[in-house]
Amino acid sequence: MSGSTIIFYLLAAFTLINALLAVTTRMIFRAAIYLLFTLIGIAGIYFWLQYEFIAAVQIVVYVGGIVVLIIFSIFLTQQAGEQLPRQKLGRQLFAALAAFCGLALVMVQLALHPFIETGNKPILPTVANIGNQMLGVGDSGYALPFELVSILLLAALIGCIVIALKSKADKQ
Amino acid sequence: MEPGLYHLLFISTTLFFIGVYGLFTRRNLVTMLMSVELILNSVNLNFIAFNKYLWYDRLDGLFFTIFIIAIAAAEAAVAIAIIINLYRSHKSIDVEDAEEMKY
Repeated sequence: MSGSTIIFYLLAAFTLINALLAVTTRMIFRAAIYLLFTLIGIAGIYFWLQYEFIAAVQIVVYVGGIVVLIIFSIFLTQQAGEQLPRQKLGRQLFAALAAFCGLALVMVQLALHPFIETGNKPILPTVANIGNQMLGVGDSGYALPFELVSILLLAALIGCIVIALKSKADKQ
Repeated sequence: MEPGLYHLLFISTTLFFIGVYGLFTRRNLVTMLMSVELILNSVNLNFIAFNKYLWYDRLDGLFFTIFIIAIAAAEAAVAIAIIINLYRSHKSIDVEDAEEMKY
């Protein structure tokens, strides 16, 4: 067993254990911290796969952006130190059963499905390759979806401001 | 055993169904949003795994991952704005307390 294999298994175990804790803990702030560690573990897996750019994006956007946003909203909406109410046992059991059945179904399908890899020459996921291919207007370019996403981000920005604005009736 | 495509697919599937379990059991909007983030991350991992091990001659999986991350960021921002607005009017972010639009 080489060092890289051991690192992979450690990262996988770290990610999955933290994800499980994030959905089962009853302290909401701890759930956010476990989610943070899960996202860092996934970024580690991306580093392990040598997709450095996407790992950096994962850390910047998820760990630096979304988790901070979630922690802010917890501070704004939750009493400190208060535990979430315990859920009904029946609901927990049925949710666990449904999730487990789905997991088993997908795993069986994955084990039965033969994946055929392409034999072509690999392209390294360097930043130069990503930029040239993604923003090209040729055969494999994604220039139009890129622009659409930028408009979506602008719309989300304006939408957030409009939703969070106090209406005039509130002020009086 | 050397890690390969199946190991990554196992991780992403497990992560997806952990997120589904959280979405089913949680009744607090912020924790439900966290479960949705877990699900989106498992999808990202799937795209990257397929790109790395099956279609390494193109970078399409990576582009989809970048788009999903951008859309997830927008979605989280809008969702949190809605949650804070809901808290302002209902003094609670429990989904059981915000069901007057249900019928």
